[in-house]
Amino acid sequence: MEDTPVLALSGVSKAFGAVRAVRDVSLELYAGEVHALAGENGAGKSTLVKILSGVHRPDTGQILLDGAPVEFAGPADAQQAGVAVIYQEPTLFPDLSVTENIFMGRQPRARLGIDRRAMRASAAELFTRLGVQLDPDQPARGLSIADQQLVEIAKALSRQARVLIMDEPTAALSGKEVARLFGVAKALREQGCALLFISHRLEEMFELCQRVTTLRDGAFVASDMIADITPDDLVRRMVGRELDALFPKQETTAGEVALSVRRLTREGVFTDVSFEVRRGEIVALAGLVGAGRSEVARAVFGIDRWDAGSVEVDGKRLRPASPTAAMAAGLALVPEDRRQQGLVMDLSIERNIGLAGLAALHRGPLISRLAERQRAKDWAVRLQLKFARLTDPVNVLSGGNQQKVVLAKWLARKPSVIIVDEPTRGIDVGTKAEVHRLLSELAGTGVAVLMISSELPEVLGMADRVLVMHEGRLVAEIDRADATEESVMAAATGRTAA
Amino acid sequence: MTATATRPERITRNGGRRLVDLVARVRELGILAALAALFGVTGAVNPSFLTYGSLRDILLNTAIVAMLAVGQTLVVITRNVDLSVSSVVGLSAFGGALVLADNPGVPIPLVIAGCVALGAACGAVNGLLVGAAKVPALVATLGTLYAFRGIDYAVAGGRQVNAADMPDGFLSLGTRSVLGVPLLALVALAVLLVVGWMLRNLRSGRELYAIGSNPEAAVLAGIQVRRRIMAAFVANGALAGLAGVMWAARFGTVDATVATGKELDVIAAVVVGGVAIFGGSGTVYGAALGALLLASITSALAVLRVDALAQTAINGALLIAAIVLDRLLALRVAAALRRRRFHDDN
Repeated sequence: MEDTPVLALSGVSKAFGAVRAVRDVSLELYAGEVHALAGENGAGKSTLVKILSGVHRPDTGQILLDGAPVEFAGPADAQQAGVAVIYQEPTLFPDLSVTENIFMGRQPRARLGIDRRAMRASAAELFTRLGVQLDPDQPARGLSIADQQLVEIAKALSRQARVLIMDEPTAALSGKEVARLFGVAKALREQGCALLFISHRLEEMFELCQRVTTLRDGAFVASDMIADITPDDLVRRMVGRELDALFPKQETTAGEVALSVRRLTREGVFTDVSFEVRRGEIVALAGLVGAGRSEVARAVFGIDRWDAGSVEVDGKRLRPASPTAAMAAGLALVPEDRRQQGLVMDLSIERNIGLAGLAALHRGPLISRLAERQRAKDWAVRLQLKFARLTDPVNVLSGGNQQKVVLAKWLARKPSVIIVDEPTRGIDVGTKAEVHRLLSELAGTGVAVLMISSELPEVLGMADRVLVMHEGRLVAEIDRADATEESVMAAATGRTAA
Repeated sequence: MTATATRPERITRNGGRRLVDLVARVRELGILAALAALFGVTGAVNPSFLTYGSLRDILLNTAIVAMLAVGQTLVVITRNVDLSVSSVVGLSAFGGALVLADNPGVPIPLVIAGCVALGAACGAVNGLLVGAAKVPALVATLGTLYAFRGIDYAVAGGRQVNAADMPDGFLSLGTRSVLGVPLLALVALAVLLVVGWMLRNLRSGRELYAIGSNPEAAVLAGIQVRRRIMAAFVANGALAGLAGVMWAARFGTVDATVATGKELDVIAAVVVGGVAIFGGSGTVYGAALGALLLASITSALAVLRVDALAQTAINGALLIAAIVLDRLLALRVAAALRRRRFHDDN
């Protein structure tokens, strides 16, 4: 294996504004080898993938193809060099057919224009090879995440790529689908393809990969042969400290039921979802991307309407499809997409904190700036917000501090139930622990917390109970004592009949 | 627990799936139905609507807008819009007429080619603003809508070119018929067929759909997004240039205000024709049928002696009805796809 790597990065750095996403990273992909890229969320893995695929150009450092330096001016160059990428979020064209999605930009040509028949036949052949039943003519819109992923894989296969990069391809797949993907990956490896594999599941890395490179906070940590290290070594490299210290959930006694959701259904999105959250409890809602968790949260909060079922807060039935009613009843929602939905990015910290409780800031017909500032100052101190001035726009804050502003906005309303959707996504490790401490303290003061999270360590560390959704249904409820990575993942991927 | 239900369902569901797919793919069927109804009802009330002369007028009125709608579709498919077409038509019509009037012996094909080139140049300005400078198309082409018209006014300086100033060989292009069909309509039909074929069978055509359907994914797929958007604007400009000459040939009298406000008719035709205003789907055939439907409605209202003042309002109402219908259809299809996906998975 000591020959020249097919594709390599040497001393690559990339910054976005003041954020240094990747610093001095080197990576070597060899033919006939699967290389794992490990690191926490925000460690720079996706940026690295985008450098390899020609989307971003490195600020410093080199990309080496067969040992010779190359420049990828865009994705087309990388594809020309034989690099295919399966992105974390499928990148399909919803209006076009599955076949067209696979061959876009490389359609087989006949004498006059595209050879549709040949194209369709190739697509059907690819699906047969992958062992899936997909109609080549159906539009990509409406495909499940797993099927979309399969189309992406078919796309990469059709390119006969020399280098295949898979950015968390298994995140939304069931056990059977993962096995099928691994079969394809191993076959490609045998054929001399170089693969880069990104996953959060350690056992997958150990099953499939020969080599692993670890990143932490954008920096290169180590590159090892998988055979030489243990999963514990790898976790230590990724996190830089022991895991247990990360999630301080205080013991609390659960009080009365604060949020009760009964048989909630939104046709085609989620079905028959029932659960309760008690005061002082943190209940995690786990599941794969696309399982319908955020959609349930949106419906409970009244953003989307539901077709059947009911929601009660503190024993009072909520009027459907009314966020105003939900807020009045004591519900708060910290959305998944902080920048788009949680904050008004150009407004100041104090304005953002004041937004959800303007009524309390009125003095006569006007809003009192003084009261607004007082409230912001108060919460900034309580949440240990790091900021220069309260009048600064929130877009200058780091992700973690932005999240604190969103939390402050809602906590100022003294909610009895708070729903947090992916509360620590894209937040650095240090602030993450602070957000966890905050949630834990909140529960301690008798607030009911419903936490949607895709990060298993967070779910396992924080939650008193874990609810698991799979394809729009609540399939399992697991107590803290019984919750393990295996039991939650098994339910989330539909491997158990709960 | 639900796994056992999968197999038999997979087979029986096919019929419903086909229907959903058909409706999702062939939006043009709806417009054809509307056209049939319109001609049926109007013809029954007043048979003169179905005479050769009346139908010929409708085709003539449709030709120019249909050609513009075909060009506009190229742009709209990529999730952009070109509001400046009417000004390009005006510029081209007046420019062409002026050259013909001031230089008697000039070859007519040369003038037509020049007008097409002029339109393409205008389109290139739009394309550069949208594709390279990243100005939102709505704003960029609103700007050029005024700018091109301003140039038109400046060149004209209040002058008007009359039919008498132009050679007969040129004017006859606007009135001549081939086998009873107006030449202009045939030109529009030829453009329609060529562009329709290109959109369906060329890589660059499919890439326009890809760009409008998911711009980020188009970049990742290695599509030259900027170049394609640029090309769509240039092609649309060229067609607007051609439409301008046709306008001059048809109406004979041309001043700097020619085609003012026409861009809205064009966009209406495109939308009525089932082209998604946010890009990614729709065909030029639909857009051309949309133009035909709108022109037919105008004629029908006249034949039915509806007050001319009310016609604009009725056109507006029909436009909204078309969009509402389209939206309802899209929602139904989306719901059907969602349900179908659910059945597949459970």
